[in-house]
Amino acid sequence: MSASSGPASVYVHRRTASPAEAATWDRRRQVAVNLRAIFGRAYPRLIGAQREPSWIFFEILLPFLTTSAFVFVYRALQAPPEFVGFVVLGGAMLAFWLNVIWLMAAQLYWERDQGNLELYFTAPISMMAILFGMAMGGLLMSCLRAGIVLVVGTLLYGVVFSVDQWLLLFGVFCLTLVALYGLGMVLASLFLLWGREAWHMTQLLQEPVYFVSGLNFPVARLGLLGAVAVSTLPLAVGLDAMRQLAFVGSEHPFGLLPPEVEALLLLAMAGVFIGLARVFLKWIERRARFEGKLTMKGT
Amino acid sequence: MSSSATPLAIDARGVRRVYNIKPKPIVALDGVDLQVEPGELFGLLGPNGAGKTTLIKVLTTLLLPTSGTAHVFGFDVARQTRELRRIMNIVSGGEQSGYGLLHVREQLWMFSQFYGLGVREGWARVDELIEAVGLTEQARQKVSSLSTGQRQKLNLCRGLLNDPWILFLDEPTLGLDVSAARAVRELVQSWQKAVAGRTILLTSHYMAEVDELCDRVAIVDRGRILAMGTSDELKRRVQRESIFELEVDRLADGPAALGRLPGVVSAVQPSASDLDGATDRQTVRVKLTLADDAALGGVVHELGRLGSSIVALAKSEPTLEDVFVELVGRGFTEREQEGDDRPAGPDGRPPADLLGPPDDSGAPTGGITAEPVETAR
Repeated sequence: MSASSGPASVYVHRRTASPAEAATWDRRRQVAVNLRAIFGRAYPRLIGAQREPSWIFFEILLPFLTTSAFVFVYRALQAPPEFVGFVVLGGAMLAFWLNVIWLMAAQLYWERDQGNLELYFTAPISMMAILFGMAMGGLLMSCLRAGIVLVVGTLLYGVVFSVDQWLLLFGVFCLTLVALYGLGMVLASLFLLWGREAWHMTQLLQEPVYFVSGLNFPVARLGLLGAVAVSTLPLAVGLDAMRQLAFVGSEHPFGLLPPEVEALLLLAMAGVFIGLARVFLKWIERRARFEGKLTMKGT
Repeated sequence: MSSSATPLAIDARGVRRVYNIKPKPIVALDGVDLQVEPGELFGLLGPNGAGKTTLIKVLTTLLLPTSGTAHVFGFDVARQTRELRRIMNIVSGGEQSGYGLLHVREQLWMFSQFYGLGVREGWARVDELIEAVGLTEQARQKVSSLSTGQRQKLNLCRGLLNDPWILFLDEPTLGLDVSAARAVRELVQSWQKAVAGRTILLTSHYMAEVDELCDRVAIVDRGRILAMGTSDELKRRVQRESIFELEVDRLADGPAALGRLPGVVSAVQPSASDLDGATDRQTVRVKLTLADDAALGGVVHELGRLGSSIVALAKSEPTLEDVFVELVGRGFTEREQEGDDRPAGPDGRPPADLLGPPDDSGAPTGGITAEPVETAR
């Protein structure tokens, strides 16, 4: 390192007249910085996926075996053909749920142990931008994974979709993702607060959540439990709506609520979860500064 | 800002930070008063567990003070976090932040986006910083493969990305070899001098580093500032007289000839232990104790009159450790070895916030619940 030989711009990059001037940002700049932060935080996810392609094996091939197993069970039982489509659709959407649980909810907790959380908090950005960045990075990768499962599953098992309302189907898909990642942001905040306990709780709840989400069967078959799931889990309500829209004219009615109603439900969930995440983050930051938990690892 | 006049870079008044750790609360900061002028490179010197890192965390908005107030360039660390975070940055020794999968360039670029640099601007800024710290060869190397010294250079680059007005350096040369540490110090100094008003708060338990770099120093122990001033001022606390080691080719009447001069407190032959094994030289050595440095002129003049030539002249300086010893009654190492009589965590150590950076990496594991017992807000 040759301190004296570096270009002058190394020492003075953006000259400001005073700290007061440097600290004064208008609304536009503040928004721009947060948008850049979203992109910045999404970046490691995208790079990581390229750099370590083992995720293709662990996150696509292995889960696809479970999906295939259900397909063979339904075929053996001579279930209506759309049930194979249900399973393939569920297998595709599973990618998003796994991403939310394993790479989003727990992320802030791991970030703290790495020492990143301190840097995020001391940067002039909203923690929501960091969470959005995490969500965006994960979302793009999960879209790829879900797309592969959907295409391969459809071709391999001969799924025939029957769609009347493409726009509504796409809208429900997007709303499901927004609500799902909103839930992930809430969970991320709670993980930060409860640390290991939250982690263990997630592991405990993983299979029950898979079950009540109806990943491999219509959630309406669960009766009251299914209704409860639809009212709380974005994945359950989203899948139910998408299946109704993707397999129109099924001889076996399976929807819990009309897809339009479920779309509204998803919209409400998205608003509530993102709002909650924002409130939780502010509260947690305050509490963490009060208790020192932002800086104490392993708690 | 609190006023139209340039506010102090750091203005901490009565800052206290208490953790409610069983069996009894731990006082990490005990009424710290600290004023740092803009443009100063200010050092906090103290052993591990003294409260240096806790103070930095309070000033960088990561911790709330239990009581007292702290402002950085006029911004309240408790309430004006948004403004304060736009003008500051922090670099800690042993920092392992970021993502090991990313290359050095990519990691820095990611952080540049958190400070609002444009996409291309970010890459350009990253490249010039990488070059300045000598990481060009590692620019496309994974962060996880960097050595400790390279890692710390990377951290320093991150800290300079946003051109902060105030940079908090928490043990920045921890674990670095001599040349890497020197390089870090040089860059920090050059960066600070480039713009008037840029301020650095440096914590360290390397006394030579603080002595070399800092305009002023505060000696901290057990959450309190024990003494503050320039390095020279602090040393004068333990040595109010100037001591010189003088070696001349001859001195007919011996050291006593100099002892009668004005301003000379004493002039004696050094003890054997002071002679550095140089007793076989055909010269005369004198340990001069002067009331102040100005008296040296008279001594030199008198030696000329006596026909003596000066072979060597060296001022004997007390170190900052001498100051610490006088203030605390123990040296740094002893102070760290004697431990802390405050309650420890379940692993037998004080909580992470009370420890210096070397121990922060092995922070306490689950079980510690740190809750303030009182708060001003």
